[in-house]
Amino acid sequence: MSFDGAQDGSPDFDSVRLVDASRHFGRRRALTKVSLTARAGDIVGLLGPNGAGKSTLIGLLSTIVAPTSGEVRFGNQLSRELGAALRQRIGLLAHELYVYPELSARQNLTFFAQLYGLNADAVVTPALERAGLGDRGDDDVAGFSRGMRQRLALERALLHHPRLVLFDEPFTGLDDSAVRVVSDRLRRLAGDGSIVVVATHDLDLADGLVTRVAVIREGRLIADEQASTGLRARYRSAIGGA
Amino acid sequence: MFLRTALLVLKKDFAIEVKTLEILVTTLFFAVSCVLVFSFAFVKEGQAPPDAAAGILWIAIAFSGTLALGRTFERERYAETLRALLLAPAPRPALYVGKLLGILVLLALDALILVPLIALLFTAPLFARPLLLLLLLAGGTVGFAAVGTLFAAMLIRSRTRDVLLPILLYPITVPVIICGVRGTAALLESPPDETTAVMWLGILFALDVVFLTLALWTFEPLMTE
Amino acid sequence: MKKSFVPLAVVTALLFVIAPILIARAPYESEMLLIQKIFYFHVPSWVAMYCGLLVCAVGSIWYLFKGNRVADRYAESAAELVLLFGLNGLVSGPLWARKAWGVWWQWDAKLTSALLLWLIFVAYLLVRKYGGPGSEKLAAAVGIFGAAVSPFVYVSVNIWRTIHPKTSVVPDIVKNPAKGFAAPLLVSMLAFVLLFVLLLMVRVYLAAHQDALDELYLAHED
Repeated sequence: MSFDGAQDGSPDFDSVRLVDASRHFGRRRALTKVSLTARAGDIVGLLGPNGAGKSTLIGLLSTIVAPTSGEVRFGNQLSRELGAALRQRIGLLAHELYVYPELSARQNLTFFAQLYGLNADAVVTPALERAGLGDRGDDDVAGFSRGMRQRLALERALLHHPRLVLFDEPFTGLDDSAVRVVSDRLRRLAGDGSIVVVATHDLDLADGLVTRVAVIREGRLIADEQASTGLRARYRSAIGGA
Repeated sequence: MFLRTALLVLKKDFAIEVKTLEILVTTLFFAVSCVLVFSFAFVKEGQAPPDAAAGILWIAIAFSGTLALGRTFERERYAETLRALLLAPAPRPALYVGKLLGILVLLALDALILVPLIALLFTAPLFARPLLLLLLLAGGTVGFAAVGTLFAAMLIRSRTRDVLLPILLYPITVPVIICGVRGTAALLESPPDETTAVMWLGILFALDVVFLTLALWTFEPLMTE
Repeated sequence: MKKSFVPLAVVTALLFVIAPILIARAPYESEMLLIQKIFYFHVPSWVAMYCGLLVCAVGSIWYLFKGNRVADRYAESAAELVLLFGLNGLVSGPLWARKAWGVWWQWDAKLTSALLLWLIFVAYLLVRKYGGPGSEKLAAAVGIFGAAVSPFVYVSVNIWRTIHPKTSVVPDIVKNPAKGFAAPLLVSMLAFVLLFVLLLMVRVYLAAHQDALDELYLAHED
């Protein structure tokens, strides 16, 4: 897949950067002074236990959560300078899936394709095929298994070929073969110049997929390094040592 | 882009609703129950006081409207699809307008059943000035739904949304209800008091303009977490 | 706290000492007699409440669009003062009504519209208390809508129900100082408005310290 969205004039960028970004909710601190850079071609694995602040970090990158202090930069610009068109470049697969269970898979994809200003006739059927739902496209999502929903949600998030691809626990509910398909998909996206950020608590799946590892714990970035094998041992030492 | 997005959201909500008709049917049933409950409070010796029909009509619309608002946004909350909408590159106030239009269609269908029902049960001459009644209903539902849609959307993140929606909505929309009730009551007099009804209509439309402007202005900052 | 606080407090205290003397010396109103004196307490309460409403709305707009924490503190503090002064007015109003109209509550236009506005700001505080994380923003919307709807509440309730026999009593008194009602009323109003400003300063000071404490908690965890 290639970047064919460039001609619509929405702002493009080849890196996304958090600079001392914090997000507090009253006395509760979700993220504290996180600085992190992700570049085109990276697959950044965001690791950490539940409640560590992974989702808040993904929220900051998706512009849906505003930082309490610090900044989020897309290329050289701040998100608030870029406005609505920036969102054309961001794709998010969150834990809650973002698909309407009352609608069919095809209706869901068609709606979101139109919302992103895409030609629905051209993109929906191939997306259904990729999700392995070619023959279930007209069934309501409510009747789908978690794995089927997950695959549909993945295609929904990637319909508009985003530059920045944000995944929050993308492997939940997928069987081994589907995990392989998704992993290959992520590698291909990164190879085509996307910035991929994957939040997960599953080290085995992250191992060998991610090119960089960022470990967060209690809202703080405690490790940010190039990925190598033996992720599990190093994650243990980072988490356990603190 | 703005109008296209609003219509897309409306079309999507319509597609969901026609599959089960859940919100429409439950809202209508609730509205009719409201009418009956209030009838028992007001009707004495087979007669209701002359203004009761106007009050019952608007209370039924306001109560069932709150129910419809809650359910509509519960659908956007279930799979966090409201966030998906906010992530789209469309102008965010367009999403608000789309949701608002959906609520207005529901309330219009609501009124379509309620008005003849109340006219029948209370032998109220609601159809004496159909155009003025239509304008009052339009102005009233727009004012109520304009505030309701904004508040229901922003309360989606709150754990206590079910309680807070009516708590916020009713005090703020009281002027809308007063205008609607008094305007309708003026139409129920014999002969219908058109001057008074038109005066209430004027206040109602001024309110609508204020509410819609404020809602469109504050929607974007309210929706950013 | 600001340097202006102490002199302001002294002036306010002086006014609250002078006001009862002036009120006691003011002539008895011919029909209402002693009960009319509630007036010097009742009207200034509303004036202070509307001050709170205005501060809350401006603070809410500022907070919502600029994200300014200080503005939010002002909005919250002002809303609490709306609650306080509004309660003052809502209690003193029926006392008067009992004497003037023979009933505690007469759905009088001014009292009813004030009650409705008061309820909006109670709702504002309820959102802040029970809304969970991020409820400051939701409350800001309530503050903005509450202020915007206030003229409509007043107009619609006024047309709906105009039986307030003293609709023009305030302008009358101010226009005819010879009657001797004006001086005590103006002094009372000034005293209440200054009291409002003082309480607002104290409450904002408290809120600022609460925030500072929160910051310290966060810093301590580092």
